[in-house]
Amino acid sequence: MLKAKIFVELKPSVLDPQGKAVTNSLHNLGFEDVSQTRIGKYIEIVFDSSDHEAVSAEVTKICDSLLANPNTETYRFELVETKS
Amino acid sequence: MKVSVITFPGSNCDHDAYEVFRSRGHIARMIWHKDHDLQNPDLVILPGGFSYGDYLRCGALARFSPIMNEVIAFAEKSGFVIGICNGFQILTEAGLLPGALMRNSGINFICKHQMLRVESSNSPFTKGLKPGSLLDTPIAHKEGNYYIDSEGLKALQDQDQILFRYCDAQGNLSPEANPNGSLDNIAGIVNKGRNVLGMMPHPERSATESVYSQDGSQIFEAIESFFDGRY
Repeated sequence: MLKAKIFVELKPSVLDPQGKAVTNSLHNLGFEDVSQTRIGKYIEIVFDSSDHEAVSAEVTKICDSLLANPNTETYRFELVETKS
Repeated sequence: MKVSVITFPGSNCDHDAYEVFRSRGHIARMIWHKDHDLQNPDLVILPGGFSYGDYLRCGALARFSPIMNEVIAFAEKSGFVIGICNGFQILTEAGLLPGALMRNSGINFICKHQMLRVESSNSPFTKGLKPGSLLDTPIAHKEGNYYIDSEGLKALQDQDQILFRYCDAQGNLSPEANPNGSLDNIAGIVNKGRNVLGMMPHPERSATESVYSQDGSQIFEAIESFFDGRY
C-alpha cells in the first residue's frame, strides 16, 4: 500500500491572516526572532496499490480537482510505503 | 418569476431566500442538493450557510453536490444564478465566478450591518439602481476576503464586473470601511456573461418589514424589473 503525504500551501502572493496572528502570538510569548508564519494543510491518503506511477498520477488529479484551490494554493506530495 | 433555491447540507439562509421570493408573489421552490432537476427556473439561488461544515475550504465540497452539474449547465446556457455568502464561495469553487474568498483579514467571524455602494447598473441584478447609491445590508461570514490575482482584478474592473463595494455611511471606499480585507473593497461581482452574481452581503435578510433594514429589497426590485422587461 502507498500513503500520499500531501502539503497544501498558500501561494506566496496570498496574505495569510492566520499566520500573521500566530506570528503576533509568538512575539508575545517571547519568540522575538520569528519573522513570518505561514499556515497550510497536511493531508494523508492511503491507497490500495503499490504502483508509484499510477498513484502519483491519481494524487495529482485529486489535488487539482479538490484538495487545492489553484487560485490561491499550491501543493506538493510524496509517496511512502505503508502497511495500513 | 420561477425561483429555485438550493439546499445543501448546512445551508441556513435557504428559507430566508425562499420566503423573500414567495412573499413578493413569485413561484419559489426548495431544491435538495441531491436532486438532479432544477424544475425549469428563471433564477437559481445558492443560499448562505455552512455547506458541508465548511470542511476543506468553504464551498469546496458543495461544488461536487449532484445538483451542481445542473446549476453549472444552467449558468453556461445563460441561466441566471445568484450565490449569497456561502453561495458566492460555492460559485468561485465551481469556476462560475473568478477569484476566491479567503479568511477575513481580522480572522474573526463578522456579523453586522454594512454599507454597500452600487457600482454598476449594467446587470440583471442592479438594473435601475443608481451607481453610487448606498445599501445597508447585513454581513455574516468568516471567509469573505475576496482575492484575485492582479490580472484578474484588472479584468473585473475593465469589464465593469464589480457590482457592489464595501463603503462607509457617506459612500467612501476607505480601508476602514472594508470589513474583511477584500481586494478593492469588493463585496459582489458578476461573471463576464453578466448572468451569475456572487455577493457576501445578505439582501434576503434585509428585504422584509420585520427586520432592521429593507435596502436589500432594491436588488429584488431590480431583478423583477429586468424580468418584467424580458417577457
